[in-house]
Amino acid sequence: MTISTRRRLLMTLPVAGAGLAGFGCWRMLSAMQDGSFDPHAIRRDKGDALIPDFALPGLSGPDDGFDAAALSQNAKPVLVNFFASWCIPCVAEMAALREIARQIPLWGIAYKDKPEDARRFITRDGSPYERVALDRSGMTAIDWGVSGVPESFLIVPGGRIAWHGASALDETLFRREILPLANATP
Amino acid sequence: MKKLAVLASLAIGLCVMALPARALDDPSEMLPNPTQEKRAEAIGAQLRCLVCQNESIEDSSASLARDLRHVVRQHVAAGESNQQIMAWMTQRYGEFIRLKPRLAASTLLLWAMPVLALALGGILATLMLRRPRKTEPLDDQEKKRLAELLREQEITR
Repeated sequence: MTISTRRRLLMTLPVAGAGLAGFGCWRMLSAMQDGSFDPHAIRRDKGDALIPDFALPGLSGPDDGFDAAALSQNAKPVLVNFFASWCIPCVAEMAALREIARQIPLWGIAYKDKPEDARRFITRDGSPYERVALDRSGMTAIDWGVSGVPESFLIVPGGRIAWHGASALDETLFRREILPLANATP
Repeated sequence: MKKLAVLASLAIGLCVMALPARALDDPSEMLPNPTQEKRAEAIGAQLRCLVCQNESIEDSSASLARDLRHVVRQHVAAGESNQQIMAWMTQRYGEFIRLKPRLAASTLLLWAMPVLALALGGILATLMLRRPRKTEPLDDQEKKRLAELLREQEITR
């Protein structure tokens, strides 16, 4: 090996290394931008996660809430949405939820809310929810892996969690991620 | 008599205020058994508060952190091991809830990075140190030129 080829090689190595590192960073940043990679994502093992066992009262009494059995006995996929009347993103999400509720049954769980506040909140412009339960202590939400409202879960028959999103829903997200999964269930 | 009552209530108020500030907002949340409480605090220090993501649930005052502290204490009181409680948490909130990532295939590069960086540095350093320092001896022409240069310098001096 002559001196000049060796020198050239030594020059190429750091350039190639920097290029590779740059490519890696670009891949990571572009994935973060289009949403396919989120380093802060709260991931759960997909596919086999079942809903936790729970039984919650409704907004007007213990009779109109729902429990794990009622949720898993559905013949069709159900979208479960955790919300609260004190949560601003939930207010913003409501319009989209009303649209989504026309395409899939939507069940709501009020998180750390007073029943009267939650009732006023969902009935103000027409409730998108087919059924509503109240998780006053927030302990059921923790069992579901909820870190903050609004969060939504797609529950397929048998009580399996097919999808979990920790942000407010909108039509685009619903069409892109949730609807294909819901349609895929027999 | 009235003055005494005011003084007494003031004293009581001061005593309450002087209670040590703890992560738990409500001291009644603490486990009665000090060893168990210590264990719960150690587990909580390893769990990320998912609201203010760079704090542990023991340090955070978010309401979710308060609820999670309560859950940890429930599990500790039920006699579960640290591993069982961490598994319960990661099952629900994913690996992200661990402030200290677990050694797994996906985190291998992360954990191996200090060793890798040290090895790379070592290799680079040995390569640099081993590089031959010998210079080529001057050939006749170069010797002549050097002698000329030295002579020129003598003359100008």
